[in-house]
Amino acid sequence: MIRILNPGLGAAVQDLGRRGLANIGVGRSGAMDRRALRVANAMLGNAEEAAGLEITLGGFSFETLEPVAIALAGADTEATLDGRPLPRWWARTLLPGQVLRMGHSRTGMRGYIAVSGGLDVPEVLGSRATDAKGGFGGHDGRLLKAGDTLTTAAESSGTRALDYGLSPRAWPDLWADGSGETEVRFVPAMEWADYDEKARALFCATGWTIEPASNRIGYRLYGPEMVPTIRRELLSHGILPGTIQLPPSGRPVVQMLDANTVGGYPKLGVVIDADLPLLAQATLGSTLRFREFCAAEARAARREEDDLVSAIRRATSHQRKG
Amino acid sequence: MTSPAAHVSEMGESALLIQSGGPMSLDVQRLYWALDRSCRDLPGVTETVLGVHSLLVRFDPQAEVAETAARLQDLWNETRPADGQGRLVEIPVHYGGEDLTELAACHDLRIDEVIALHTAPIYTVFALGSQPGFPYLGGLDPRLATPRRSSPRQRVDEGSVVIGGEQAGVIARTSPSGWHIIGATQVSLFDHARDEPALLQPGDRLRFSVEEVSA
Repeated sequence: MIRILNPGLGAAVQDLGRRGLANIGVGRSGAMDRRALRVANAMLGNAEEAAGLEITLGGFSFETLEPVAIALAGADTEATLDGRPLPRWWARTLLPGQVLRMGHSRTGMRGYIAVSGGLDVPEVLGSRATDAKGGFGGHDGRLLKAGDTLTTAAESSGTRALDYGLSPRAWPDLWADGSGETEVRFVPAMEWADYDEKARALFCATGWTIEPASNRIGYRLYGPEMVPTIRRELLSHGILPGTIQLPPSGRPVVQMLDANTVGGYPKLGVVIDADLPLLAQATLGSTLRFREFCAAEARAARREEDDLVSAIRRATSHQRKG
Repeated sequence: MTSPAAHVSEMGESALLIQSGGPMSLDVQRLYWALDRSCRDLPGVTETVLGVHSLLVRFDPQAEVAETAARLQDLWNETRPADGQGRLVEIPVHYGGEDLTELAACHDLRIDEVIALHTAPIYTVFALGSQPGFPYLGGLDPRLATPRRSSPRQRVDEGSVVIGGEQAGVIARTSPSGWHIIGATQVSLFDHARDEPALLQPGDRLRFSVEEVSA
């Protein structure tokens, strides 16, 4: 069991989100950087669907009330355990009374903590993810507050004490940060054809600034105004996380995990699934670039993420054998 | 009726959107309800999202897009309108609220005339979306069509009965909204703890009735 001391700017229970309910208006939710949560769960030998904590912009702390194994993943939040630095991509068994603190991340947006066995919150509509907009899932359907306690589905007593990490040398992909320029790949969608060659080239050549109003619902981008050759009034249609919409303002918005299931703005494309974690970690005020990509290549990129998670699970299994 | 033209486009690496143009028509929407049902049985389809005159189809990431797109187009050409009628659900409304007077004035109507026009039709649930359980309703009297507010309200309560453009709706979850509030209902449109969390399904019909008026 852990007790939240300080929730920071936004911490919530998340897993890989809800599937199959968009038809009744229920969105995906779940970890913004799903790769980080998957890696953290793999490091502990957890199931893929185990729930962990997503901490946005750091400033978070908790104390342990019972022994628990955790894995720290995602953005570099300069975490400390009882005041001593704890690197990211690190698994460690904590003893009762230990305090884990996160600083304020400068090079990424979201840190993740997986716990051995996963967080024990009720499954709602097939997932433990917090749907803050819908007010269900996670811990009472809301962000965490100071004083909240969370139990784990399996206490770690009896398993081997963990203290190991994933090094930058062995796993360089994990250590890239989102502070500079982030490039994401997208598959063009229906209204991409409404822009002439010049406008399309401008879209891909622009370093778009991520506006401070960006959040789990969507990323608002600042840059040159994109002007279509024709303006369409569209009927409401299903959209997905990663959909790049262009409202009449001419400034793109990328829909994220808490986005509405249906929207009506023209869409330029959809960011490929494998690059959503990069977007999740791109810091407010940093620069985003888009690269046109085709669906077949995007499917290969998704397999790479699966392969990375499996490789980490395999490579670390000896750490967990008692 | 032969199927109207529909266009299939990619939505990322593992979804396709099939859509037809406007204006909003129940005949066209019946085809999409039927397409939705047959799509769910296609091998590899993991999720479908109905829109107005559209269907988003998510499929297994390993499936071939071109093949799936061709199959979707074939399916559309064979689709016949969904038959039968959905349930008729009555929503009792306490008319009043911030925008009722304003909306009446803007259309040069008395408040009782607005209420009469709003309670007269039987609305149809075209699709659900935007927020859990929120119905896209067709059937609003054109005399009540009102452009959305220029700046959305930060908080519109669950149960608010609203008008936005040519659509009527009921806010299912307290949220920001740019629609006009003309009343409130106690009926819950979405409860995650129910066996069927959403009160309404696409194809259901809905009638508003007067419970109380305060203005």
